Amino acid sequence: MAVNALYSHRDPMLKKRDDFEDILEERRNSSDLKYALRCYTPVLYKGVTPCTSSMLKSMVLQSDQLHYVINQVSKETGKATDDVKEEASAILEEMAQCLQLSTVRFFAFTLTKAFKTLFRSICVNEDGIQRLQQAIQEHPVVLLPSHRSYMDFLLMSYILYTYDVALPVIAAGMDFMGMKFVGEMLRMSGAFFIRRSFGGDKLYWALFSEYVKTMLKNGFAPVEFFLEGTRSRTSKSLTPKLGLLNIVMDPFLKGEVFDVNVVPVSISYERVLEETLYARELLGIPKPKESTSGLFKARKILSEDFGSIHVYFGQPVSVRSLAQGKVNRCQFNLVPRHIPRRPGEDIASFVNDSAYRLVRAQEENMVLKPWVLVASLLLQHHHQNQAAGQKRGIALGELTAQAVWLRDLSRQYGAFLHWPDHIPPSEVVSSSLTLHRGLVRVCEEKVQLAVEQAAGPAGPGPHSSVAPEEELLSQAVIILSCASYRNQALHVFVRPALLALAIHTASSNQKQEVFNSFSFLRNMFSNEFILCPGATVQDFEEACYLLVKTGALQFTQQEVQVTERGHRTLAFLSSMLDPFLQGYQVVCRFLCEEATETLIEKQFIPAVRKFIKKHLLAGRLRYMEVLSSDLQKNSLAALLRLGAVRKIKGVEQEMLKVNKVMVNSLEDTLGGKLPTPKAAVARL
Amino acid sequence: MASNSSSDRQRIAQQRLRIIAGHLQGPVDSDSTILAAECKAQGSKTDVSSERKTMPRRRQEILKWNGWGYSDTRFLFNKKGQAEFTGKRYRLSGMIIPALQNWFEGTFGASMQHKSPAMPILTSSAVQPPTLNEAFVDELKSTGIPFSHDAEDRVFRGHGHCLHEVFALREGKVGRVPDIVVWPNCHNDVVKIVELACKHNVCLIPYGGGTSVSSALECPPEETRCIVSLDTSQMNRILWIDEKNLTAHVEAGIVGQELERLLNESGYCTGHEPDSMEFSSLGGWVATRASGMKKNIYGNIEDLVVHVKMVTPQGVIEKGCQCPRMSTGPDIHHFIMGSEGTLGVVTEVTMKIRPMPEYQKYGSVVFPNFEQGVACLREVAKQRCAPASIRLMDNEQFKFGHALKPQVSSIFTSFLDGLKKFYITKFKGFDPDRLCVATLLFEGDREKVLQHEKQVYDIAAKFGGLAAGEDNGQRGYMLTFVIAYLRDLGMDYYVIGESFETSVPWDRVLDICWNVKARIIQECKDKGVQFSPLSTCRVTQTYDAGACVYFYFAFNYRGLSDPVHVYEQVEHAAREEILANGGSLSHHHGVGKLRKEWMRETISDVGMGMLKSVKNYVDPKNIFGNRNLI
Repeated sequence: MAVNALYSHRDPMLKKRDDFEDILEERRNSSDLKYALRCYTPVLYKGVTPCTSSMLKSMVLQSDQLHYVINQVSKETGKATDDVKEEASAILEEMAQCLQLSTVRFFAFTLTKAFKTLFRSICVNEDGIQRLQQAIQEHPVVLLPSHRSYMDFLLMSYILYTYDVALPVIAAGMDFMGMKFVGEMLRMSGAFFIRRSFGGDKLYWALFSEYVKTMLKNGFAPVEFFLEGTRSRTSKSLTPKLGLLNIVMDPFLKGEVFDVNVVPVSISYERVLEETLYARELLGIPKPKESTSGLFKARKILSEDFGSIHVYFGQPVSVRSLAQGKVNRCQFNLVPRHIPRRPGEDIASFVNDSAYRLVRAQEENMVLKPWVLVASLLLQHHHQNQAAGQKRGIALGELTAQAVWLRDLSRQYGAFLHWPDHIPPSEVVSSSLTLHRGLVRVCEEKVQLAVEQAAGPAGPGPHSSVAPEEELLSQAVIILSCASYRNQALHVFVRPALLALAIHTASSNQKQEVFNSFSFLRNMFSNEFILCPGATVQDFEEACYLLVKTGALQFTQQEVQVTERGHRTLAFLSSMLDPFLQGYQVVCRFLCEEATETLIEKQFIPAVRKFIKKHLLAGRLRYMEVLSSDLQKNSLAALLRLGAVRKIKGVEQEMLKVNKVMVNSLEDTLGGKLPTPKAAVARL
Repeated sequence: MASNSSSDRQRIAQQRLRIIAGHLQGPVDSDSTILAAECKAQGSKTDVSSERKTMPRRRQEILKWNGWGYSDTRFLFNKKGQAEFTGKRYRLSGMIIPALQNWFEGTFGASMQHKSPAMPILTSSAVQPPTLNEAFVDELKSTGIPFSHDAEDRVFRGHGHCLHEVFALREGKVGRVPDIVVWPNCHNDVVKIVELACKHNVCLIPYGGGTSVSSALECPPEETRCIVSLDTSQMNRILWIDEKNLTAHVEAGIVGQELERLLNESGYCTGHEPDSMEFSSLGGWVATRASGMKKNIYGNIEDLVVHVKMVTPQGVIEKGCQCPRMSTGPDIHHFIMGSEGTLGVVTEVTMKIRPMPEYQKYGSVVFPNFEQGVACLREVAKQRCAPASIRLMDNEQFKFGHALKPQVSSIFTSFLDGLKKFYITKFKGFDPDRLCVATLLFEGDREKVLQHEKQVYDIAAKFGGLAAGEDNGQRGYMLTFVIAYLRDLGMDYYVIGESFETSVPWDRVLDICWNVKARIIQECKDKGVQFSPLSTCRVTQTYDAGACVYFYFAFNYRGLSDPVHVYEQVEHAAREEILANGGSLSHHHGVGKLRKEWMRETISDVGMGMLKSVKNYVDPKNIFGNRNLI
């Protein structure tokens, strides 16, 4: 694909994509028990020093790193070193995995049963598996799957077991440990548990990082963790968390291993198990605490159809080649390597850049289903109709035609779209609608989102007593669920869409103006979407390239011109980002209008939510998506980053101090009422 | 007392003679394949006399012009395909080495059918005519100091023994070479030459043994002045020996083996034995900060030197006394040592000497793996009980050493070897593809040596080491002297290679070994080398705070259009890897021009400024213009 060629010249991680094989097919035709008991002999790292889980623990406790930190902690706290050692040992007990093949076999058996009822297929790119096998032999491997569901890591281990690949050890959040029995089961299938926050706890940090490094360096097993830190409730990739990536890159940077291979894995679900749970959570309906009984209750979902899963094992990325020319490893020569040190600025920015590249690599290989495009279109229609006061929905034929248009567009933009070309488009669209019947309603050949349905029959009747706020929330659940599917495609469109918005908001067609506007928007939204830090010019060029290639834009010497046929594309693209734009504006408005000079940080979300609900109910705001706490948090993070809001330490809690002038001007700039400030990089 | 000590000396000298005579008589014990003798080349029987052996001015009479070492000594594969070592100078000379061909073909994918022979003779037309500074030449003539501008003489002094230098010579390619070669006979001759050079603005490049592996002897191509190679080989006398203070005052052109031989006659030695000691000179050691194999007992060159005299454009620099240590500001010897010929010519050196050791014993220990071996060396260093020499070879080098076993004459020996192998691999469970061997050399009183030996073997045992006999140890040290000849053999069959070294803190030894070896393999692959390379290392010296590591690297270059360039890229990458892993730019080879680019990061901007300001003061006109180091 031409687009891939464009990427590949600057992004070596991207290559042509492989074909998929369905691993459930064989399971449906042969004995599950036999499968669970089959001979499992994975290829291991060539430099592996065979050791058991308990040997690992003692290696960690006896390491120079830990000795150093234990002595340090003992000096600082006045505790005896033996006591600190005991404490360390207890923490390690709580943390450590104890991978056992028998447990994995148990999971292999039960998961097969569950998967076969839940999913139509689980498709894996076998070439990727082969590359992984190879990588595991050569260097220590880190697996970085995308995180959309609790299932992700079980699914990963399941696939690796199926293909006879070394089973990983997985960094999991402590919350799983809350589930009695299940926590232990997960531990025996390779999970190790980390506390969600351990900010200043030196000992914990030392144990944790040493534990991970020891497993990695010895080639005990591939280390798996989620770069996004947590499950994305919105299906958008989350901005990467750097803690664990720092840890796994450290052995290479310090020369303790020759190289580390990092393998991004993209897991795409046609329907996420947690679909509505996520929407509720985003709307502030608290998530149930992980518990075994909760999991048990959730078994009713076994009767539903969740479509298929695509798992794409990406090209292994060598940390050595990532670091080539970016990091001077000599900086580690002057202090003994076991003494913990804060990474220098160049290391920090290297890890950050790498993290973004890796998340983008995950995004690139996410399989998109036709439904993702259909959902995007339906959402846009919903909002347009809502504005026009219509409630009729869109004709199926019209929807199909638009979906085909969008299919072609997204392919040109390099989307990894799984659209069955041998089936007539109308059937493709209808079968998508059938799978997601909870979200859409088809009536008299007209399709619309199932918002009214959720709110009960329209018009007067026994249900009209439902409070308007509750009705709003139940509609929002549908909208947010739908948006989560649209979000899957955002990474394909985000750069051209930002350009479309920029053209829309820029005060003139001057290329420089448009770039300034693009740069401003990109900066504003860099907590919302995966936009590699410092790559403004590249992103701008990529967006221009795509829009010019598809004939939507023309460039003259100085000016940017939208072509006749380009209007449709640009309209589509900018309305894709419109909810975000409005959302950020609303948050700004809230901070200007409602917030006092200082606001308790913890009260930000509830207060802004209330503010938004008010505006939605009054009809002053179109997009219910704005109710998403994810969007609210991201916009606050952006404002904090830009310095429009500052965090100050209050007496008991963190306070937010709002710079109203700045927030106000940001809001106006977003709305195109103020000219965008000159972009820092104007090299065009 | 005096008579007593002189009779002692006689006794030692006689014992020494007996030993040497014993070596020369050939095998006595039927069950020893290798004699307990020196590894380095020996002269014929008549050498035992105290006759002075001077390196001839026309070095090409006894040395190869386009390869390593003596002309009469080389490896070759005979018609039966068996490797043979020619000549009579070495223990291995005249022997058949049956396993070498297999190893060679197996390791490199080389074949006896594919030869890449060298140009047999130098065509003088390949050498540019000399740029002569007539006024300088005229005045030089009047001093009576011998000189030459013969093409062969000039070519011989225009190179060291880096791969690219030797490779070019084998292809008959000659770049910029010195225009004149002069042979001063003493310190005063050097003073005259330097004065004339300053007066007529000619460039001087000191030349000692010519064993540089840092491009230090290469003439800077941008040099437009007349280049004069100042060959110190004729300044090779021991001027005096001071037995009270155990020092000897020696002219700097003396070659290592000659210095030892002459001192031995008086019952002394310096104990300084760099691997190149057959050819390298005392002045060269000082100028490059050399290190000797037995530094654990005798120290490196900086420990051995008591007094140095160097002729610079500003005059002669030397200390005013011969004191063991001084607190008189920065030690000026440290401007001289490691100056690599950029400041002047070292003419005379007072060196520490020691009575010859009463007893020498080789030894070896086999370890199950390299990690254990390094751990053992670290422990030995910690306890400060390192023998005269202790070296740890990795698995590849262990196999290489085995391939160099000469033909076994007795069935009994091969039976014993087989038994040993069985014991180690089968009974002790050592993996033949992981085990590695440490070679040891003990020196001193017989009793102390035996005690020392026990101590070291006890430590080794704690790390899973098994004593593996004297033969293995000795063969290890023999390798040192013949390996350079082996490179020439490789080059006859499309295999090029080189060694390079570094020093590194103990905690990084293992990592640097793995990483550099892996980097070499990866770079070869990336650069299109068709065959897997030999990438191996050994730990050759131990210190309190770290070790010296030596890497060997060679590959079959068939299918490459510019093998030397590929080689240089790989070596460059390997050096970067060394530095990234906390290793030094050089432990003892020096910087020359080959490693200059990394000097700034090695010694900091201020450090560079210091060196440069010394150069500017001592040699403002850049008379010593070899452009090494800075």
